[in-house]
Amino acid sequence: MDLNTEVKTELAPTSPPGVKLGLGTWLRKKLFNNWYNSILTLVSILVIYFMTKGIVTWLLTEADWAVVTDNFKLFMVGQYPLEYLWRVWLSLVFVSLLFGLSAGVWKGTILHLSSVLVIVMVIHTLVPFTSTNTKLWLVGCIVCVIGGYLAGPKLPKQKPFVLLGWFISFPVILFIINGYGILPKVSTNVWGGLLLTLILSIVAIVGSIPIGILLALGRTSKLPIIKYFCVIYIETIRGVPLITIFFMSIFMFPLFLPQGLTINNVVSAMIGATLFTAAYMAENVRGGLQSIPNGQREAGRALGLNPVQLMYFIIMPQALRAVIPAIVGQSISMFKDTSLVTIVGLMDLLGIAQSVKSNPDYLGSIMEVYLYVAVIYWMIAYSMSYGSQRLEKNLGVGKR
Amino acid sequence: MMKNSDANMSTPFWRDNRVIPILIQLLFVAVLIGVLYYLINNAINGLQALGINLGFDFLQNMASFNIGESIIGYQSTDTYMKAILVGILNTIKVSVIGIVFATIIGVIVGISRLSSHWLVQKLATVYIEIFRNTPLLVQILIWYFAVFLALPDVKESVKIGSIFLSNRGAAIPWFHTTTGSTTWFILFLSGVLLAVIVWRYRLHIQMKSGKKQYPLLWAFLGLVFPLVLAWLLTQQAPVTIESPVLGNFNFEGGYIISENFLAIFLALTIYTATYIAEIVRGGILSVSKGQMEASSALGLKYSTSMRFVVFPQAIRIIIPPVTSQYLNLTKNSSLAIAAGYPDLVYVAETINNQTGRAIQSIVIMITVYLILSIITSIFMNVFNNKVQIVER
Repeated sequence: MDLNTEVKTELAPTSPPGVKLGLGTWLRKKLFNNWYNSILTLVSILVIYFMTKGIVTWLLTEADWAVVTDNFKLFMVGQYPLEYLWRVWLSLVFVSLLFGLSAGVWKGTILHLSSVLVIVMVIHTLVPFTSTNTKLWLVGCIVCVIGGYLAGPKLPKQKPFVLLGWFISFPVILFIINGYGILPKVSTNVWGGLLLTLILSIVAIVGSIPIGILLALGRTSKLPIIKYFCVIYIETIRGVPLITIFFMSIFMFPLFLPQGLTINNVVSAMIGATLFTAAYMAENVRGGLQSIPNGQREAGRALGLNPVQLMYFIIMPQALRAVIPAIVGQSISMFKDTSLVTIVGLMDLLGIAQSVKSNPDYLGSIMEVYLYVAVIYWMIAYSMSYGSQRLEKNLGVGKR
Repeated sequence: MMKNSDANMSTPFWRDNRVIPILIQLLFVAVLIGVLYYLINNAINGLQALGINLGFDFLQNMASFNIGESIIGYQSTDTYMKAILVGILNTIKVSVIGIVFATIIGVIVGISRLSSHWLVQKLATVYIEIFRNTPLLVQILIWYFAVFLALPDVKESVKIGSIFLSNRGAAIPWFHTTTGSTTWFILFLSGVLLAVIVWRYRLHIQMKSGKKQYPLLWAFLGLVFPLVLAWLLTQQAPVTIESPVLGNFNFEGGYIISENFLAIFLALTIYTATYIAEIVRGGILSVSKGQMEASSALGLKYSTSMRFVVFPQAIRIIIPPVTSQYLNLTKNSSLAIAAGYPDLVYVAETINNQTGRAIQSIVIMITVYLILSIITSIFMNVFNNKVQIVER
């Protein structure tokens, strides 16, 4: 054995990469190669042992998940009326179908994410606490994902078709969930739980991108008044915490409206979140604009394009492509930050957790409530960050 | 070309390149003023209907609410002004302590992620992925409600060494000054000064002569000498350490850190450290491999090349994003309201609830945070300019 390692270390530089080390050699090389690394290994093992032991004992003996299973509907959709719940399900079916189609068309990252979605839905179908109705809808969703995956590659003009689907999905889902009078209206007041969290973040992200692009263009423009207006707006918003923006939108917006007109808190929060994220989006887009070499502008002008055409056909497509990872990063942080609406009293996922926690029936289950909510947030945020890392690699930002 | 005087005369003003920008901006200003006028008019009418005025005179009135913890003395009979000052100081307190600890943890974790040690590297990665992708507010609430408030009562507090943990926070040993403290302090300062001077001097000789001069050893002696002197002069320890003792209702002696502060501090530190760790890792990775290879070819040890070659180059890349993390931490400290820590937002929100002066409280919050942000950026810009490479 000793001889073996001798030979291996000697030959290391010339041996082919990816050589398989035996377990003993691997341990010695990676964990016990000198005295301080050995100490580090022992300390890490102790840390892992005690943490795992604590967590496992807590999970197996003390944790009582009744608080989650009893309030499952609250966590998902809040006070959304039961008789209209089919609309939320319909939206989920629609999204599942889109996920399945995209997975079939693009494979790769979106396939991984769809698989996670299917796994989560399968788990919720199998657990005992969901109602038969829920199980049926979930099976429908799973069928849609798998059907979409199989059907995706066979569609004519698959990519534009699926992209169009994603494009119209947001207004369609908003329409299905709200109704806007054509279907019976479900006011935004009763939206809650994960549904509200997702809609709030998607509204903020989708709304902030065009505003952000305009602000970025304004900030880079040569017109002094517009430029300084954008600079002041962006820097002020970036200088204050999001929570002050939410206070402002909940307590101050209503004051600025003409008398007799009221605005509900969910819509106020949406406006606040959008205006806040727009400032950060603007800085991301500006980074993209600055990364475009001046030669591109000069070439565009030499071709006789006017400023609008130049921006639309030459600069923006390149700039936006360069900042997609930054925009996704901003979206992840917006998604996490929607939890702040809890402080101003909205019933998003965390707000539901806060109200369930104060229910005297579940006094001892505070940790379970928060952990459940944390896991949901984590899964979504991590999926987004995983997707963005893969996207960054595929786009080859900075490599072209 | 069209630019001759005849063509210029015939160009209508709405197609004139010099007039268009001015027109656009005038239009923009007009729309902006119109919208603002409309909104502010609405607000003034609305507030008058509610009977609330817009001035800041109310700041001189009596606050008549209590604030749990404060650096300066504060009673409920003090003015709103003073209450806000207490809030600002609490915000600064938690931000500064948070920044210090987040930096320490962040740097350690960032380096661990690059470690050749497999287990340490994986532990660091797991830590970052867990805490970075969970909302900060959820973490604050977990620390506050599920960890600290779930701890036993003061009477049955958990004892770790001489630290007591209970649902009223942590009681830790604290020091008291003695008669000899001043002497100790002065001599300690001069010791540090002496150590630096000796270290620089020996290093200078070493660099000139090329002979080993053991600068660190000499510097250590320079530090120890005044301390021995201090011991001989005062014949007592610099400070006395006093451990907390369980009294009738709460701990006596020692120093009590409130559970509100602990919750917000731990959450902020652990959350921000993940971001700093990723920045540190990125910074070190961005220094090209050739630098390390070149310095080992010159015969420098690993630690020496890390310190004198890689780190000075990495720090330039690290500082700007770390600055924005410091700013984020300061802004995120506004979530302290969720853990009941009386920071600026907490105080301003209490005032808003008490007096109904929403606009004024929000204006105060925004102004203070803007000033804090500007101060932090100026400070970090000065530091940044010092370490940036001078481009020729």
